[in-house]
Amino acid sequence: MSNAKAQKSVLWDWLTTVDHKKIGILYLVSGGFFFALGGLEAILMRIQLMFPNLGFVSAQTFNELLTMHGTTMIFLAAMPLLFGFMNYIVPLQIGARDVAFPFLNSLGFWLFLFGGILINLSWFLGGAPDAGWTAYVPLSSEYSGTGIDYYVLGLQISGLGTLISGINFLVTIINMRAPGMSMMRMPLFTWSSFVASALILFAFPALTVGLLLLMLERLFGATYFAVDFGGNVVIWQHLFWIFGHPEVYILILPAFGIFSEILATFSKKRLFGYSAMVFATLIIGFLGFMVWAHHMFTVGIGPVANAIFAVATMAIAVPTGIKIFNWLFTLWGGRIQFTTANLFAIGFIPSFVMGGVTGVMLATSAANYQFHDTYFVVAHFHYVIIGGVVLGLFAGAFYWWPRMFGYKLNETLGKWFFWLFLFGFHLTFFVQHFVGLMGMPRRVASYLPGQGLDSLNFVSSVGAILMSVAFILFLVNVVVSVKNKSEADPWDGRTLEWGIPTPTPEYNFAQTPLVRELDALWYEKMHGNGKLKAAEPLDDIHMPNGSILPIFMSLGLFIAAFGLIYHVIPVTVIGLGITLGAMFIRSIKEDHGYHIHKEDIKKEEGVG
Amino acid sequence: MDPHVTDPSAPLKGKPSKKAERQLAREGKQQIISFVFMIFLTSIAFLTVASDTIPNRFAIPFILIIAGVQVVMQLYYFMHLNERGNGWTNIMLWTGFFVAALTVATLMLLIGVTKY
Repeated sequence: MSNAKAQKSVLWDWLTTVDHKKIGILYLVSGGFFFALGGLEAILMRIQLMFPNLGFVSAQTFNELLTMHGTTMIFLAAMPLLFGFMNYIVPLQIGARDVAFPFLNSLGFWLFLFGGILINLSWFLGGAPDAGWTAYVPLSSEYSGTGIDYYVLGLQISGLGTLISGINFLVTIINMRAPGMSMMRMPLFTWSSFVASALILFAFPALTVGLLLLMLERLFGATYFAVDFGGNVVIWQHLFWIFGHPEVYILILPAFGIFSEILATFSKKRLFGYSAMVFATLIIGFLGFMVWAHHMFTVGIGPVANAIFAVATMAIAVPTGIKIFNWLFTLWGGRIQFTTANLFAIGFIPSFVMGGVTGVMLATSAANYQFHDTYFVVAHFHYVIIGGVVLGLFAGAFYWWPRMFGYKLNETLGKWFFWLFLFGFHLTFFVQHFVGLMGMPRRVASYLPGQGLDSLNFVSSVGAILMSVAFILFLVNVVVSVKNKSEADPWDGRTLEWGIPTPTPEYNFAQTPLVRELDALWYEKMHGNGKLKAAEPLDDIHMPNGSILPIFMSLGLFIAAFGLIYHVIPVTVIGLGITLGAMFIRSIKEDHGYHIHKEDIKKEEGVG
Repeated sequence: MDPHVTDPSAPLKGKPSKKAERQLAREGKQQIISFVFMIFLTSIAFLTVASDTIPNRFAIPFILIIAGVQVVMQLYYFMHLNERGNGWTNIMLWTGFFVAALTVATLMLLIGVTKY
């Protein structure tokens, strides 16, 4: 049965795959595409703001650009790219052959992709959403065109995919760990993915409800937010930020995990204060739910409420500080190798601390009245998201590239890329603190000359151009390094994913490994023969069959969304029919998967 | 060889052990007691609403509380949350409940006309 697979075409294989490694790469490719798209939107905005009173894009286009930049970067770039790493690496790190629900994993990916495509199609069909990525009502409910409908339905569909993936990771990490891999022996990237997935599970329902209310209001004339009918506009802001604040931690926690892996590997030391790191991750995840109103200090929720949320917000600095010190102590006295991945991790520490410090400034609710809606806020969240998440993504890319693609990225080009990107990033956003303190509001299409804003905005735009040059250098690196074949364990790694042959076999582990310590592979290198011990005899491996149904389920929702946006009921019915039909087929069709035989495994592993 | 080793969906053969039998008997007793108790709670809720002497001000929170008790009993005695191996289910359930309750309570305070 196992040979039947090899005959299928490559394209069909990728469209129907349920293998966590291939889905991880699909996430990385599509997330990378949306990242480039969001970057392009940012560059267009920075060109418009390079000089005062420039007419490079119209004010309406500028609104659409800023909305799509935020939406794309958060929902369609950062999160899917992290999902890519989580998909590929987490099962390997816990010694599993796949995630708990391979079919759902594929469904989660295709829902995300179709949702993302739907949002971006709005550019060609009557204008993109233009109410900011937060889509505050009544601007988004009463004063915007069909762009917001694309936003609402696209996010609803891709949000469904995210929720499915989050649940999948939770079940995988709880149930699929190899023998001996207790919770407190899990690598920190797995731990932070676990906490981030729990945040997805609890935070996304708030977004789903908010988007549902907005959809009912826009498409069916409901009045939840319409003040003249007794509605309340602040409800949207609450619902959005109850989701929106944990979302920030959904992004940053996996990045923290990536840095923890890299700093330990390239310092040749065990991660300092492992249990404190786990504890801090949990506390950050928990506190992330208790602080959403700090986005709404100026709404007028009252001084006591403001004070409570201000204090809760500042409290998050404590576990984050624990993490920063633990990273520094991991480096302390270590045999540090300055690889590109480690440079990104080391560059992250001061960059992120700066974002954290402005975060505490913004949390001071009295001062917030001054900072609110200025470029100071823009500078702050770009410092945490680029200085934290994006540097983490690039660090992870350089670190895990040999594992995922079998070749090493060029280190010289990589270091050029790092320095250019870091320099460009600080150039772009450091000056924006001052632009904001001088009073330039965010989300405006232009500014007047002679107000002291000209030169700082120019500097900021130059930095943005440097960042895009750096990113192009990264893409060049990906292409020119292909011949740079890598061995299975190029970094002298510590965790399970480096203990298997390269390219990673379809079944990951020929025999489920036995885990004896934290940093399982390192322990075997120090106390064993350097090879992972097996927890089971070599036997046939049961594998799931691929399926094309996830694409049809997602396509159905995609079509139904068009029917809703243009009020054509038959199209909606057809779309939902396709989705439900695919679900029905999935339910009644028995699919037992197939086996990879012991002999084939022996041949591939080169034993016996 | 026991067919279960190769196929977990095969029907069990043989009799349960003495220990398993005692366990089943205890569980059965627990289920009957909690079933009777839940019928008792339901009738109290019904009586509270039906009787004219009990004011609504008391009746509404009272039947909500006993409804909550019933939900918890349903989860633990009939949906087997009290058994071993459900630690994670319990953690997730109560964390979710705690976060949701805190959020809803805070929202009710913040959206009201009075500002704190």
